[in-house]
Amino acid sequence: MMQAHEGYVTEDGRQIGGTVMELKNITLRFGGVVAIKDISFDIRQGEIRAIIGPNGAGKSSMLNVISGFYHPQQGEVWFKGYRRGPMKPYQVARLGIARTFQNIALFDGMSVLDNIMTGRLNKMKAGFLSQAMWWGAAEREENENREAVERIIDFLEIQNIRKTPVGRLPYGLKKRVELARALAAEPQLLLLDEPMAGMNVEEKEDMSRFILDVNDEFGTTICLIEHDMGVVMDLSDRVVVMDYGRKIGDGTPAEVRANQEVIDAYLGVAHD
Amino acid sequence: MDQLIFAAEVVLNGLMTGVMYALVALGFVLIFKASGVFNYAQGVLALFAALTLVGIQNGQVPFAHLINAAFGTHLHSFGWTVPSVLAIALTALVMVGLAFLIEKLVLQHLVGQEPIILFMATIGLAYFLEGLGDVMWGADIKTLDVGLPQGISDSVEQVTAAWFGYGFFIDRLDIWATVIAALLVAALVGFAQYTKQGRAMRAVADDHQAALSVGISLRFIWVMVWSIAGFVALVAGIMWGTKSGVQFSLSLIALKALPVLMLGGFTSIPGAIVGGLIIGVGEKLFEFFIGPMVGGATETWFAYVLALLFLVFRPQGLFGERIIERV
Repeated sequence: MMQAHEGYVTEDGRQIGGTVMELKNITLRFGGVVAIKDISFDIRQGEIRAIIGPNGAGKSSMLNVISGFYHPQQGEVWFKGYRRGPMKPYQVARLGIARTFQNIALFDGMSVLDNIMTGRLNKMKAGFLSQAMWWGAAEREENENREAVERIIDFLEIQNIRKTPVGRLPYGLKKRVELARALAAEPQLLLLDEPMAGMNVEEKEDMSRFILDVNDEFGTTICLIEHDMGVVMDLSDRVVVMDYGRKIGDGTPAEVRANQEVIDAYLGVAHD
Repeated sequence: MDQLIFAAEVVLNGLMTGVMYALVALGFVLIFKASGVFNYAQGVLALFAALTLVGIQNGQVPFAHLINAAFGTHLHSFGWTVPSVLAIALTALVMVGLAFLIEKLVLQHLVGQEPIILFMATIGLAYFLEGLGDVMWGADIKTLDVGLPQGISDSVEQVTAAWFGYGFFIDRLDIWATVIAALLVAALVGFAQYTKQGRAMRAVADDHQAALSVGISLRFIWVMVWSIAGFVALVAGIMWGTKSGVQFSLSLIALKALPVLMLGGFTSIPGAIVGGLIIGVGEKLFEFFIGPMVGGATETWFAYVLALLFLVFRPQGLFGERIIERV
């Protein structure tokens, strides 16, 4: 049975709820390579949870386990109080877990608007004949979904590129569109794989602001992976630190920063 | 003046032929849109659909030769005939079943592979289906009649005779083909643009991983798309089979669809129609005006030369998406 964790109050006074996702003793191997070694941690309702670590620490693998792209050989994944069996990524998405990718996975041939609309595919219930003929429930549904998408477009300030094919956008904007598509699904857990990779300072500031606003406005629980330590420490409520597939630290940014093992992993230490 | 009216009749006939080309090209466009794969088997799919339809209609026993050889029986026919509408519905079901099997046995194992690998798989599929069609229904030439009207349309001839003083000869089958193609295209465009399945289909064509992450099941989309392509092949098979008999050469009409696709663009449903019409009219007019000067038979090569010109000057076709990528 899953332990019910108490919520807590963050430094800036936000109330964090109970556990949404719990990972227990996860081990993931690729052939003889152990990518994740016996890691456990939890993500709680409404918090921004970061996973950090040097290159090759297994951060992206961890995110892929949560989103169903990888299946761990050992360990348990609990979501909203139920243990999750091995699921296909699309089934995980239907459970309410949305994600973005490190290398951006958008539909390049489709417009920004259409891309974001795909995020709402699972919100559409009308039969397919009525959709094709734009009739009855389908019309109302399409309009509702369009409204929801327009709100997200306003929110992320991408009104002026609504009709642009995604392939033509610069990198920073693509990242924002990807975030918009993930948000369109109204996820209960939002996974961001290096949302600020390859961005300049200004773009990073914008993205940080959007992540905080999303969390604040919609109360979305967010789990993110990031390289930029400064950004992570500012954004997140709690941080998991990984190194060589192991968990070496877990706590508030201040706690993690003071952790000797974490300092060693980042600055390097003489091994015997 | 006579020359002009005659040219008008040529154009009209060209348009009708173009519609028939477009019917075949549509199947290609659908699969290409949904998986970025050029489906070499589309022509054979049309042949297989037509064979199955004739077989069901005439109450033929499938695999009769095989069964007879194995058990020494003399089975050929169940001894009944099935009404056209029911036979078409049954054939459509067979095509859906075929789509399911193709996904299960071939595509499922090729997720995330390069388009060229999938293309090779469709070549294999084409040869397999060709053989399967032979073994199931026999290799003899069959006539297909589902009750579509055939022959010269008297009313068109009378009306045009009254207007222009010259009666146009139009085959009634061509008129029906036009109407059916128009309905099919309207349905397909509506489906691709306005339904969530259509949007999911375009998403899958673009990026498998991203599609999975927004909750799209690749399996479902592929079975759906191949079912639709099978259905379009069935319609093309009925039209061409009625026109020129059900035989192996039916699968070669796919070759005529190639220039149509190069003109219209591989990703555009309206493009397939416009491309088909341009080729249909173009080759008839060329044959009519230029043909006598070069000794005729221009219809066999005109389409390919036109396609070649397009490849040089506008490789994405008239309506195809131009892929723009930032580097």
